[in-house]
Amino acid sequence: MRTLVIAEHFAGQLTAGTWSAITAAIELGAETDLLVTGGPDAPAVADQAALTLGLHRILLAQGTMFEKALAENVQPLITSLVADRYTHVVADASSMGRNVLPRVAASLDVGMLSDVIRVVSTDTFQRPIYAGNAIATVQSLDPIKLLTVRASAFAQAASQHDRCEVMAVDGGQSASNIRFVSEQLTVSERPDLSSARVVVSGGRGMQSKENFALIERVADKLGGAVGASRAAVDAGFAPNDLQVGQTGKIVAPDLYIAAGISGAIQHLAGMSGSKVIVAINQDAEAPIAQVADYMLVADLFEALPELERVL
Amino acid sequence: MKVLVAVKRAIDPNVKVRVKADGSDVELNGVKMALNPFCEIAVEEAIRLKEKGLASEVVVVSVGSSAAQEQLRTALALGADRALLVETSAILEPLNVAKYLSKVIDNEKPQLILFGKQAIDQENNQVGQMVAQLIGSGQATYASSISYIDDQWVVEREVDGGSQTLALSVPAVVTCDLRLNEPRYASLPNIMKAKKKPLEVIAADTLGARVKEHVRLLGVAPPPVRKAGIKVGSVSELVDKLKNVAGVI
Repeated sequence: MRTLVIAEHFAGQLTAGTWSAITAAIELGAETDLLVTGGPDAPAVADQAALTLGLHRILLAQGTMFEKALAENVQPLITSLVADRYTHVVADASSMGRNVLPRVAASLDVGMLSDVIRVVSTDTFQRPIYAGNAIATVQSLDPIKLLTVRASAFAQAASQHDRCEVMAVDGGQSASNIRFVSEQLTVSERPDLSSARVVVSGGRGMQSKENFALIERVADKLGGAVGASRAAVDAGFAPNDLQVGQTGKIVAPDLYIAAGISGAIQHLAGMSGSKVIVAINQDAEAPIAQVADYMLVADLFEALPELERVL
Repeated sequence: MKVLVAVKRAIDPNVKVRVKADGSDVELNGVKMALNPFCEIAVEEAIRLKEKGLASEVVVVSVGSSAAQEQLRTALALGADRALLVETSAILEPLNVAKYLSKVIDNEKPQLILFGKQAIDQENNQVGQMVAQLIGSGQATYASSISYIDDQWVVEREVDGGSQTLALSVPAVVTCDLRLNEPRYASLPNIMKAKKKPLEVIAADTLGARVKEHVRLLGVAPPPVRKAGIKVGSVSELVDKLKNVAGVI
């Protein structure tokens, strides 16, 4: 048995989801390697990753073709590394992991398990289905098991003083059927939504984009991230990358504050794993009350500024 | 250009799903089913491409039981031209579905293949990407806008940190996200017209796809229940509880 974790990095740092994927991989109990792909910043990321507790080796694939992590370019590399040498492949269920891993599965003629939240054994896993309204226990029958894991369900891997080996690997391709054109990435001083300890989210009740500043100020007081419900994103109050829910980010912070969010099933699917949930809503009967540990029935536009002052 | 849209029959998004008493699966007997919402967005996009004059024909395809004809009729009522059902009573595993669909694509030779980004039942988010791999095309997942410029599909897609734009050569696979469009409702005359549109049923085992069982469902359990919370009367009481009882701030 041997496990390969697919790393993801941003601005020269491994993402929080990668650290969680490493933890899930180590739980499988096999020798675990980490694959770092990327452009000029990849070697520094690999060096940083080499200090992770529990990793056997870092495989480093550097090349301009890997800079935007296009699935078409990365898949041939992963497939060639995995075939015959690895029994398990683990990636964060991020937009990159979900994009790349199914291609790898099809190329190896094996199935894949998405959004794993618990490792039961080396071939059996748990994953939420139906917007988290049921938890399925599933067994992979394939010789190679591919999984994406939900970062919020696994702790982040620890570091150590000793460095593991970094080994350069070749492979991948510059696919001719796809071309990167541009990207617009949100730059924020706030912690990453998926891994923040505190998340303050606003919903349709915030009424406007300008009013979202009230959410931001409370988040900043708590050193937290800002989130939004699908309704708030659809109404243009917040950008799509802040959406928390079944089809957005899945979060499980220590403290989740939902302001003006009614609590649609698809929103609850994205945050009901939080340790403590606070709902601030004018409607005491809103569905969010069913998952909230603390419910404050109040006018948002009075309660949020007051909360900011008191904190 | 021909646009192929792959769709799935799934539980109606407004239905609350229940786990069977014996924990073998969720209860789908007598439960209202619908066109998976993300697939509906994909169908809408194809119809808009036809209305813009970019697509000449919109073909919808589903893999599943005979009951999926209902969802194909829905897609026809929304404006698709014809429908194909790859009929199988087997459990719909993503790789097997992807293999059937690639055989259909080999026959139909579309220039664009649209998918919903995921189905709301099993939430695998795999089939589109698997098809792209099997037919050797580029993919743009989680699309929020699709245009056709200089013989290429230019797709803006939602990624974790923001958005990304890709250009794909033909044929391309695109999976549709929430903000691509707002699907229309089928009008009564169109529902009537859809009954006369062609719907071909293909037996899955005649397609020559090599399928097998990859993942076995061992059981299903309801999610852990959160214990009932309390109402707090003021902001200061809330902050006090968070500090002194919950210990999270």
